[in-house]
Amino acid sequence: MFSEATLARFAREVAKYPADQKQSAVMACLSIAQQELGWVSAEAEKAIADVLGMAPVAVREVTTFYNMYNQRPVGQFKLNVCTNLPCQLRNGQQAMDYLCEKLGVEDGGTTADGLFTVQKCECLGACADAPVMLVNDRQMISYMSNDRLDDLVATLKAQSKAKAN
Amino acid sequence: MTLDLSKFQATGFETCFHDRHINPQIYAGLNGSNWHLQDYEARGGYQALRKILSQAEGEGMTPDQVIADVKASGLRGRGGAGFPTGLKWSFMPRALPVQKYLVCNSDEGEPGTCKDREILRFNPHIVIEGMIIAAYAMGISVGYNYIHGEIFEAYERFEEALEEARAAGYLGANILGSKHSFQLHAFHGFGAYICGEETALLESLEGKKGQPRFKPPFPASFGLYGRPTTINNTETFAAVPWIIRNGGQAYLECGKPNNGGTKIFSMVGDVERPGNYEIPMGTPFSKLLELAGGVKGGKKLKAVIPGGSSSPVLPADVMMACTMDYDSISKAGSMLGSGAVIVMDETRCMVKSLQRLSYFYAHESCGQCTPCREGTGWLSKMVDRIETGHGRADDLALLDNVAENIMGRTICALGDAAAMPVRGMLKHFRHEFAHHIEHKTCMAGTNEHG
Repeated sequence: MFSEATLARFAREVAKYPADQKQSAVMACLSIAQQELGWVSAEAEKAIADVLGMAPVAVREVTTFYNMYNQRPVGQFKLNVCTNLPCQLRNGQQAMDYLCEKLGVEDGGTTADGLFTVQKCECLGACADAPVMLVNDRQMISYMSNDRLDDLVATLKAQSKAKAN
Repeated sequence: MTLDLSKFQATGFETCFHDRHINPQIYAGLNGSNWHLQDYEARGGYQALRKILSQAEGEGMTPDQVIADVKASGLRGRGGAGFPTGLKWSFMPRALPVQKYLVCNSDEGEPGTCKDREILRFNPHIVIEGMIIAAYAMGISVGYNYIHGEIFEAYERFEEALEEARAAGYLGANILGSKHSFQLHAFHGFGAYICGEETALLESLEGKKGQPRFKPPFPASFGLYGRPTTINNTETFAAVPWIIRNGGQAYLECGKPNNGGTKIFSMVGDVERPGNYEIPMGTPFSKLLELAGGVKGGKKLKAVIPGGSSSPVLPADVMMACTMDYDSISKAGSMLGSGAVIVMDETRCMVKSLQRLSYFYAHESCGQCTPCREGTGWLSKMVDRIETGHGRADDLALLDNVAENIMGRTICALGDAAAMPVRGMLKHFRHEFAHHIEHKTCMAGTNEHG
């Protein structure tokens, strides 16, 4: 199910741990799978379980425990907006509401064109930069005023896969 | 697919590279591009490691001497608990002939806290050097840095820094020609506040759900993979090179007795210049507030949550009389915690503030202990109904009761962390909650947090 290149990325993670503790790489392997496939399917869990010598259910326990794993497909751009108190005091909730209204979705929803999923989230650890957001788990963006949110949506649309094709 | 989002990314100039630190050690001289190994060496980096490993006659330091220096420094854990670092290091059974582990807790997720992210992005080698020295002091040959999954760019930066350190011979076998060998790797979380708790972190590092372990046994005897393990916070390790270079006594004298050194405070919420401020322990809160530009918009200060969202709120007058150190904040009835200072101005509604925090703890409870799993949900629902005008006359007594019955009755501190904000709010701002229940509206004038 995974390409040689992906398996090589898994192997780099596995190499960090003692030979009898390959399971330690499960969090990293799941996030690599998510980066490449967009979400973590049961098939992906099974394939990772095989690589790491784990029971598939032990992988499922990890997928379901941590907030950032997508247990179902999401939009091409997953946008997480922090609304915890320190961000809320600096318009974090307002940014969340503005983005949802602009894209016509509710918390957790995906736009009809499949481009955007918007989710509120807990502390990202960048409270002084509020409002802060994560784009597709790996890129953090800061000071997201309404103007910058408008710019972000336009920027992402311009970089979307459909556009690239 | 890598997206170009550079124009939306924070540069660190507002929050870290400003000139409003006081005698900084960890943040000194940073500009965002000078994080590489050669830049760190130019700032005196890896000199502490060279000092302890020196083979020259009359030079070098024994592991015991390193631990004694760290004890003398008064350095206390910067992650929140404030436990004396040198004492923790002395618990490690150094001579035990088994694999031992060193773990850095960079799972910075206590709401309000954003200091470790900037250390990892802008000065990663200071953490690496601190960890190599700690490993030497405790006879440890393998370490991991557990990094908050949400700051993936910091994880990637740290991985790059590790490669540089390996290539330069600071990591690996026989470091700088000594007998000390140390392998260090980076690990990332993926969204679970509970993994900041050290035994939950170890479970997560073993590839499992992050559910805390019952203690004892403590990690020093049963840690990662069941082996002796020492866990310290990022900022704690980052303080170590300075201590070794300048001596424990000099570090202690930067702060005040029992509260050595400098500390990084994340000033967030209603301040003019939110950001991180590295200042000596014992600096008056009023000075810190001034460094951050004062209360936003010239408004009056109402309340401060002084040590991350888990610490009890303090009213303005109490906070203005505090100095920023473990002992002063503790005496005032709260905790220095992780050093996240959440500032709230006169327009803020305490019910609405607690509503968001209580939701957070209910969301992040790992579900293992009944008082926390059920209690955090009840707290959240009750505060929510008070905020939305559906509070009942006996809700305040019930909030007291539930909070009291969570405290001290769970495996880890998340239960306490959920109960303490409730107790702090009800102690100092009970009248606001009563007003909400009685009048179904807010007394703070505006109910808008935006």
